[in-house]
Amino acid sequence: MITAERKPFDEILALVGDKKKVLVAGCDTCVAICLTGGEKEAEILASELRIKAEQEGRAVEVEHTAAIRQCEWEYLDMIAEKVAAADVVLSLACGIGIQSMAEKFAPQIVVPAVNTNMLGMPQEHAVWLERCGACGECVIGETAGICPVVRCSKSLMNGPCGGSHDGLCEVTTPEKEDIECAWALIWDRLKAQGREEMMYINRPPKNWSKSSSGGPRKMVREEAKPV
Amino acid sequence: MAETAAAAPETVEAEAPKKVVDPDFEPEIIVFACHYCAYAAADLAGSMRLQYPSNIRMIKLPCTGKLEVIHLLRAIEAGADGVYAAGCLEGECHYLKGNLWARKRVNHVKELLVELGIEPERVEIFNMSSAMGAKFAEIATDFTQRIKELGPNPVRREGVSPHAAAREALGGVAMPDEAESSAATAEEGSAE
Repeated sequence: MITAERKPFDEILALVGDKKKVLVAGCDTCVAICLTGGEKEAEILASELRIKAEQEGRAVEVEHTAAIRQCEWEYLDMIAEKVAAADVVLSLACGIGIQSMAEKFAPQIVVPAVNTNMLGMPQEHAVWLERCGACGECVIGETAGICPVVRCSKSLMNGPCGGSHDGLCEVTTPEKEDIECAWALIWDRLKAQGREEMMYINRPPKNWSKSSSGGPRKMVREEAKPV
Repeated sequence: MAETAAAAPETVEAEAPKKVVDPDFEPEIIVFACHYCAYAAADLAGSMRLQYPSNIRMIKLPCTGKLEVIHLLRAIEAGADGVYAAGCLEGECHYLKGNLWARKRVNHVKELLVELGIEPERVEIFNMSSAMGAKFAEIATDFTQRIKELGPNPVRREGVSPHAAAREALGGVAMPDEAESSAATAEEGSAE
């Protein structure tokens, strides 16, 4: 799922500026599940903004709402009236949702209240780990289901490097939590699967043009397009 | 530093900076009290004829674990000068971990208050059992004093009742107050 973290409050205040009517818009899909931008969090942020305005003696109207999914225009119709009534929309959705809002409701000003950070896997309640880099050319079929693109600090296609010690990556420092060496994990799992030979596949340099380095990507499913 | 350390204990206490307390300031404090412990402790304090400040207004909950960040924040937004949750002793929650969840949420609200430039000490959580009537009264007294020293909540809203706002935010979660004054009941209208 897509995960995001709320921006520092001061940054949010700066983005809202001196606008008088603020709509805090949550999204009830990915960001709600990662406890950052659902309706509950939108309500909390709206309350914070009202408290701040009241403290500073500024007359600001702050409302909150949530779309089921900000990234799909059909769901945005449901909040269109509230968006139209606002001077600025503060969106707690991921970058996709925020841009959908900005595009659908242009020229309405839509600003982000979160930093979208990764495609993460919930490890336990309230903990997410990066698991996919959306690189456009998945290799985990050869790497025992472990992604070297995001789990190896160097995104090595032929690891491990000399910085792998006792299963840990050299990026691990006393201050930082342990980072497992992706290639050590890959080796252990390939061994458990009896597929050690896959470790010796020589992978050519990765074609990053299929990732975001190749410019904005577009996906079309012709067979599914409306006739 | 060395001088202070060498001084007699009473001198050290006398040197502690004393906050100027406005004698006319009567804070409004919202208490989210668990039905199984703090609410019963308050009843006991009453039966024991223990004095505690009338500044506190109670809202009864089935468990402090039902308390969410927004409930505490709403009370502050509505102008409550102080807010605290009063739950069971740790390890003795009727629902096992409700009070531990509440502590985490209270701590999160403290962080939010820091972001807002409001003293985090305005929000707190205390633990007690239903047999601790004296402790209930003591906490109510100490917390009221703490808020008197902090002064009024910088967010003041004319004509808004923090108690009613907190109750409204809680919706059906808040339980009816048998011990509340009839004035409070009239204020909330159909809350019962």
